[in-house]
Amino acid sequence: MLYNQPNPLEVRLLSRRFGLPNSQSIETYLANEGYKAFEKAIGMSQEDIISEVKASGLRGRGGAGFPTGLKWGFVPRQSPKPKYIMVNADESEPGTCKDRLLIEYDPHQLIEGCLIAGLAVGAQQGYVYIRGEYRYLIEVMDRAIEEAYARGYLGDNILGRGVKFNLATHSGAGAYECGEESALLESFEGKRGNPRIRPPFPAVAGAYASPTILNNVETFCAVPPIILNGGAYFAGLGTPKNGGTRFFCLSGHINKPGVYELPMGFNLMRMINEVGGGMRNGRKLKAVIPGGSSCPVLKADECDLAMDYDTLAAAKSMLGSGGVVVMDEDTCMVKAALRIMRFYAHESCGWCIPCREGTTWLRKLLQRFHEGMGTRSDIVLIGDLSRNMLGRTFCPLGDAAALPTISIVEKWREEFEAHLDGKPCPYEKSSRLVAV
Amino acid sequence: MTFSPELEARFERFLAKYPAERKRSATIPMLIYAQDEVGSITTELVAEVAKRCDITPLQVEEVVGFYSMLHRHKPMGKYHVQICTNISCLLVGGAELYEQACKKLHLGHKEVSADGFISLEEVECIGACSWAPAIQINYDFYHDVTPAQLDKLLDGLQAGKRPEEITEVAKVNC
Repeated sequence: MLYNQPNPLEVRLLSRRFGLPNSQSIETYLANEGYKAFEKAIGMSQEDIISEVKASGLRGRGGAGFPTGLKWGFVPRQSPKPKYIMVNADESEPGTCKDRLLIEYDPHQLIEGCLIAGLAVGAQQGYVYIRGEYRYLIEVMDRAIEEAYARGYLGDNILGRGVKFNLATHSGAGAYECGEESALLESFEGKRGNPRIRPPFPAVAGAYASPTILNNVETFCAVPPIILNGGAYFAGLGTPKNGGTRFFCLSGHINKPGVYELPMGFNLMRMINEVGGGMRNGRKLKAVIPGGSSCPVLKADECDLAMDYDTLAAAKSMLGSGGVVVMDEDTCMVKAALRIMRFYAHESCGWCIPCREGTTWLRKLLQRFHEGMGTRSDIVLIGDLSRNMLGRTFCPLGDAAALPTISIVEKWREEFEAHLDGKPCPYEKSSRLVAV
Repeated sequence: MTFSPELEARFERFLAKYPAERKRSATIPMLIYAQDEVGSITTELVAEVAKRCDITPLQVEEVVGFYSMLHRHKPMGKYHVQICTNISCLLVGGAELYEQACKKLHLGHKEVSADGFISLEEVECIGACSWAPAIQINYDFYHDVTPAQLDKLLDGLQAGKRPEEITEVAKVNC
């Protein structure tokens, strides 16, 4: 059963097998073009696979949007150490719930993506790092891996073609920070999920200080259709330099929230109105988080734009992880900023002081503000503190906490002022003042 | 320390996943699966995992302190009710569900009922944003939860039922 109905505006490429009977099974997969891309890739050179991925315009779906083919090209050809494929299935960005579906409905597509990545860089071992909360998906993935071994699509001599590739799942245990690539690798090695300084990047020194390709689930899942249909076909689905389709997770105050696969560059207002069924209860749109809680928030009048990496960057926000959170006119933006900051304060790993201290103080300031005990100078302080975190941490968590906060303070300053002088939150039905 | 044969077999599979000199990689998976059986991360368990992964107990403690799903000393309830109040859930009533559960169960964040059957936790994003508000009981997901459904689930648990016996509200994951 699908968690939400598909929409006719979708371009279902990675999700084309979703909803088929028994879509998790290798039988369904094989009957629907499964492992065909891998068989094709066996006959290709490493350079050809990588140039096909480069030509596709595929960019990292985890949030950073780094060109995937370029990343793969950084792995040294000759390495005295074994190379690794690492799947980031630690999906934890608030607003994002797409990797769950890719594993739940079509786990073999992910396995095939790993196999092709393995061929492309000469890796013979892969791991799928799945967040601990997704226990049932670890079971789904384990079953699929077992099927793939039984049918000869994983192992020491795959399909008798002399290809070796082994794949295993790995469970996390509850830490947003471990979705950050270097923290994920630390966690994978059995340590606290603190980030590493880069360079060296994982392509050179990743898991066990060995060359490692680390990508998001959706990124790996895009690889089989790219190899099967050609990079140019995939690129043509999107906008220039932003190839393909991507999963958008619509949530918040809309009529038809859900995960939809849409072409890159799909207009955000159309996404809200035509795919998401418009605003709930006829209310007006106030704000949209375009790609997970780490992104600067857009005002309603900024939302008539194409959802791709470059357009969002030009609008001083980010496409991020595809989590589109829609807020209506009755949303208190101070409360939204507070909830987001509570999250980052909880999830900061504590490694870098600007992030550890900054998120904690910002949480306290925003809490005080929302309770009506803020001062006018606090508005400036919230902005200053956030800006002082930018670029001063090992990993992007500090920026992720600062960016939405800065955007909310700058764009909705009047809402902060409405909370001044002990006034109760204008959006709360009952006013509850809690002493700090 | 002795575990069930199933868990022992699982540990063996875990250790086989990683290169022989990289047993430490099995630390976190071992801890979380062992916790499901033992109830919490006990001192004895820390020592046992350290021994099996060829590291010191302190190195295991470091890890336990970092991950929010690992509970040192105090076990959570047999049925751990986790309610997400992060942004997507907040917008559609997640925080109200959490308050409702607090009042009904007379429990706060990470508190356990006297009989050890139910515990409550306000959790960060569990990856069900498009089907919010969402909760998890142990590892099972419940999507688009209404206050009435939450009442049914909590009533059932308080009457000593297992979640799968509460037929009015079904988990969504396979």
